[in-house]
Amino acid sequence: MMKKIATREAYGNTLAEIGKQNENIVVLDADLSKSTKTAVFKGECPERFLNMGIAEGNMMTVAAGLATCGKIPFASTFAIFAAGRAFEQIRNSIAYPKLNVKVCATHAGITVGEDGASHQAIEDISLMRSIPNMVVICPSDAVEASAAVKAVAEYNGPCYVRLGRLGVNVINDNQEYKFEMGKAVKLREGNEVAIIATGMMVDAALEAYNILAEEGIKARVINIHTIKPIDEDAIAAAARDCGVIVTAEEHSVIGGLGSAVAEVVTSTYPVPVLRVGVKDTFGESGSPVELLEKYGLTADEIVKAVKKGLELRK
Amino acid sequence: MKKTCEELREVAKILRKDIVKMLTESKSGHPGGSLSAVEIMTTLYFDEMNINPENCSNPDRDRFVLSKGHAAPVLYAALAERGFFAKEELMKLRKTGAILQGHPNMNYIPGVDMSTGSLGQGISAAVGMALAGKLDNKEYRVYTLLGDGELGEGQVWEATMCASHYKLNNLTAFVDFNGLQIDGDITKVMNSLPIDEKFEAFGWNVICIDGHDIEAIKNAINEAKNVKDKPTVVVCKTIKGKGVSFMENQAGWHGAAPSKEQCEQALAEIGGDK
Repeated sequence: MMKKIATREAYGNTLAEIGKQNENIVVLDADLSKSTKTAVFKGECPERFLNMGIAEGNMMTVAAGLATCGKIPFASTFAIFAAGRAFEQIRNSIAYPKLNVKVCATHAGITVGEDGASHQAIEDISLMRSIPNMVVICPSDAVEASAAVKAVAEYNGPCYVRLGRLGVNVINDNQEYKFEMGKAVKLREGNEVAIIATGMMVDAALEAYNILAEEGIKARVINIHTIKPIDEDAIAAAARDCGVIVTAEEHSVIGGLGSAVAEVVTSTYPVPVLRVGVKDTFGESGSPVELLEKYGLTADEIVKAVKKGLELRK
Repeated sequence: MKKTCEELREVAKILRKDIVKMLTESKSGHPGGSLSAVEIMTTLYFDEMNINPENCSNPDRDRFVLSKGHAAPVLYAALAERGFFAKEELMKLRKTGAILQGHPNMNYIPGVDMSTGSLGQGISAAVGMALAGKLDNKEYRVYTLLGDGELGEGQVWEATMCASHYKLNNLTAFVDFNGLQIDGDITKVMNSLPIDEKFEAFGWNVICIDGHDIEAIKNAINEAKNVKDKPTVVVCKTIKGKGVSFMENQAGWHGAAPSKEQCEQALAEIGGDK
């Protein structure tokens, strides 16, 4: 049994760890610190934790003001309120002046679960990657989330880090693992089809690999943790070597990883790209696992898409 | 760089004329709300603020955020006159490739502390700067200028609540209370009155003055420095388009540029040595 840890847990713990080492790090939250896990940082560095109350727009622009004075602000709330409600503050006060603010948004995707569609951000990757100067990162597990948080703290400029509520399998806990911003991670070698996934769907992609392998289909599995800037070389190589691509993300099929991959493929080596994700619909209340099934965010759905893709290629 | 009120009034004339000239040249921009804020900006940039054009990024400098970013011409006129960049740049306002954008950009323009333009956000950025000053035990002060129409943005009140919650006595906000916004009288478009009582209810120290009275502005700034645990707002009653007869109290001059002839008339009315 693999251990399950939510990426938000790794975020809170890592933030506390690097916060102790770097006095410039300040953390802002909008009354959700227990859920976003910034409360862990608060416990270690209370003087540098700033609760902004339920006012996300103000929080983002206050973070921008802090950044102009040399601080490294991490601003956290749920993804729907960060990328959604505070979109324009992030665009105009953080990204346009290229300020060193890290927007770390938790509770992304439909695995928010019981709180329902109002709280399930399925558009945030799309919104954030359309903003110039913005780096967009969606870690696949706790190991990667921790590495990503350290990387964005080192990087000078605006970043959006997408984190989840649900505990997810730890898949990167090995000696060779290395996080490089903007660099895809090839997890499985194969030349018949490429499965390109991000976030918690990387684990589903690995499961799909096993199912396909049993049927004699060798899939390449690529983890795209950095959706912007995206690793164009890895995607173009996958298109050239495999001839068909399936993308998988816990996000709308409009504007997210699938769209980003398709954009690269059409302008480098055009091949069929099939997108697994939320099919332009709102979510609903329910248990996260049941919602993943209902909205087609499973290994089986990836396998189905692979088979459809292989048919298309013929 | 302390100056007498008499000297500051002369500087104000220069800024007014530069505003009119640059807007005539750019054929677009916002004269009304730039002219109404001239005395506030003159007092801050030529009497009060600890700034140095030779060292724009000094961490100990005072900060200014133009929350009503569309009044960029008055900020640009002040910065150019103060020596942050060449005056010739003013004549390239809003032109492709120029540093002087329609709304302030901190990365292109020396002396601009924050990019603004989307109303309601500048005051939040100023709150962030004031918080950073508190965290670092710095002595610098943070100033911001809001429009009265801008008070319609909910974010202004989020920021206002936040500033008093964190007892930011190093923050002073000015409200350019000229009574007009694009669509007309502020009490008709969306009534934000009473401004003073709102800020008071949000925990601020409130000073109400004539925003064209330089001595009153100086006194308000000094009073704010002595307030122990509150931010201060200076509600400045002003005249939109102040100093140019045909622009005064005309909402139509919120975002329209003068013609060459109107420019000549305006310059003659403003007067002054230079």
